Amino acid sequence: MAPLLDIKKATKIYGGGMLSAGPVTVALQDYDLTIEEAPATITTIAGESGSGKSTLANLVLGFTDLTSGQIIYRGRDLAEMTAQERMDYRREVQAVFQDPYAVYNPFYRVKHVFDLIIRNFKMASGKAEARDMIEDALNVVGMRGEEVLEKYPHQLSGGQRQRMMMARAYMLKPKLIVADEPVSMVDASLRAMILDIMLRLRDEEGMSFLYITHDLSTAYQIGDHIYLLYQGSVAESGEAAAVIENPKHPYVQLLLDSIPVPDPSVKWGGDEATTIDDEEMRVSVDSGCRFYPRCTQRMDRCLEATPVPFPVGANNHNASCFLYDEEEKVLV
Amino acid sequence: MTAATTIDPVDTAMVDRSPAEQDTILDIRNLQVFYATPTGDVRAVDNVSFKVQRGEIIGLVGESGCGKTTTAMAILRLVQPPGRIAGGEINLDSVNLADLEGDDLRETRWTKLSLIPQGAMNSLNPVMRISSQIKDTIRTHEGRISNRELKDRILQLLQLVGLPSRVYDMYPHELSGGMKQRACIAMAIALDPVLVIADEPTSALDVVVQRVVGETLLDVKERLGVSMIVIGHDMGLMAQLVDRLAVMYAGRIVEFAPVESIFNEQFHPYTQLLIESIPSIKEKKPLKLTEGLTHDLRTHMQGCIFQLRCPHVMDICREENPPMRALRSRHETACHLYDDDGVRLH
Repeated sequence: MAPLLDIKKATKIYGGGMLSAGPVTVALQDYDLTIEEAPATITTIAGESGSGKSTLANLVLGFTDLTSGQIIYRGRDLAEMTAQERMDYRREVQAVFQDPYAVYNPFYRVKHVFDLIIRNFKMASGKAEARDMIEDALNVVGMRGEEVLEKYPHQLSGGQRQRMMMARAYMLKPKLIVADEPVSMVDASLRAMILDIMLRLRDEEGMSFLYITHDLSTAYQIGDHIYLLYQGSVAESGEAAAVIENPKHPYVQLLLDSIPVPDPSVKWGGDEATTIDDEEMRVSVDSGCRFYPRCTQRMDRCLEATPVPFPVGANNHNASCFLYDEEEKVLV
Repeated sequence: MTAATTIDPVDTAMVDRSPAEQDTILDIRNLQVFYATPTGDVRAVDNVSFKVQRGEIIGLVGESGCGKTTTAMAILRLVQPPGRIAGGEINLDSVNLADLEGDDLRETRWTKLSLIPQGAMNSLNPVMRISSQIKDTIRTHEGRISNRELKDRILQLLQLVGLPSRVYDMYPHELSGGMKQRACIAMAIALDPVLVIADEPTSALDVVVQRVVGETLLDVKERLGVSMIVIGHDMGLMAQLVDRLAVMYAGRIVEFAPVESIFNEQFHPYTQLLIESIPSIKEKKPLKLTEGLTHDLRTHMQGCIFQLRCPHVMDICREENPPMRALRSRHETACHLYDDDGVRLH
């Protein structure tokens, strides 16, 4: 059976059109990803700002088109879908966005977001049925319709709004939910509630998630697989627990060392963190490894060629770093 | 349950490290900030009192809407209508800021206390070079200074926050988020203030940049001996950055202690909740769920403010507001669950 979502050699380049003479920005380069249809999984895409993770979300949701490569949903290429297929795709792949304040129209009662999708997808035959569907979806996220539906967005808390977005996505019974930083603007005490809803939808409803985040600790808590992006390419991938407990790529090691430990006696570990500004990073490496300018273990060959994923552990744990090129080691 | 009854050696070590009591630079007493609404005042900050010593970093944590930013804005006297400072004193170097008006207030701002605003990347003027913005700040307060002297001073500031000197001639859009944040830190310390307030200084940055900015703040504190109030909700970052931590809930401080002490044992159920909900990268643990909502801040709550969400709520909590008590050395908590020695009663 074809996988649920299969991304092949996806590349997205911004700029460089006929009218723009400036340098192009490679947001995503030769990116591969597969999400199987069953069992449902939470696949995490992590990386710093500008690493291409939101570009990936936009591509999967069909907001922008690929420069080259393919996104295949259950055997059908996204770019070749008919209007009807596209409509089905829009229904089966849902999104939950970062900012629970910006997704609502402040002039409508929150009920509006549910009414819209019921109308657009002709989901209910009557008002009573629609009402039941909304109530059912709200119950899944631990809310009751009578308490919230007639309110305006500003009368709800951030956590409530984000849960309603989860309920809205759930109501369409999607196969895949693209969650772009769903908890980064929600308080710590409410974060757990959103993550718990994601876990329940995965286990009880069989919905898969593409969970996009820069927070490795939540990825570790709920993620099944993880892909760590660095400037548009995968630095390391594998099972979330294996990657985070035993990171191999120097970038991933830096990332994990930089997470503040909630213990005052343990100070920031690892080497002194270095950052350089964006433009410098983008153009500093034309060929070779993109992490070269910041890498503490760089070698000459890192400039000559771009590292491909090398296996570094069980269950498809790969790191795109020449440090793990076994053949080369034999030669040396 | 994390509250241990043994006194950790950390507690005694802390007393030695603390700056002398007389070196208090900020003394807030019974601060009240209310927002007027058609249906009554929202008590955003209600009877908050604390002191900041010279050269220490105070952390202010709590969920959105708990009043932490409002407290900071009140210290800066930046509360806008319909908000107002309804009561209390804000003593900075023995001047009550709450009484200052006009030019006195304008002079105090930035020379004595400055702000690193939330989302600092959007607080820079997009059409001015970084150097011009810092020049503006200095000239406004100190009058005419020769260009040469000014340039030296700004380059020194940039160096202090770890920015290369070419930033001097750059515009904000040419800088990354972390660099803009550091430019804001440079501006905040330009006039050598005694107190810097940083409102969520790293909330929009990713971990590596967050660490660089955090280390810059620590470095600046070490070198200049400036005091800081850092507002945030990331307990991990707080553990790395601050000396003492104040936990706020619904407009009040519920626990206030040296950071080692508070991570070592938490008394208030809300603090326990905050610490337990830190996601870990060391061990997988089941998600900790919390139910319940904050009470309506427009009504004056009889008893403890946390009673609606507290898992250990007792009869007395519904009647009496618990006072702040020192349950350990310098570790204060407002909770009925403990006796005066910090032993749990129920």
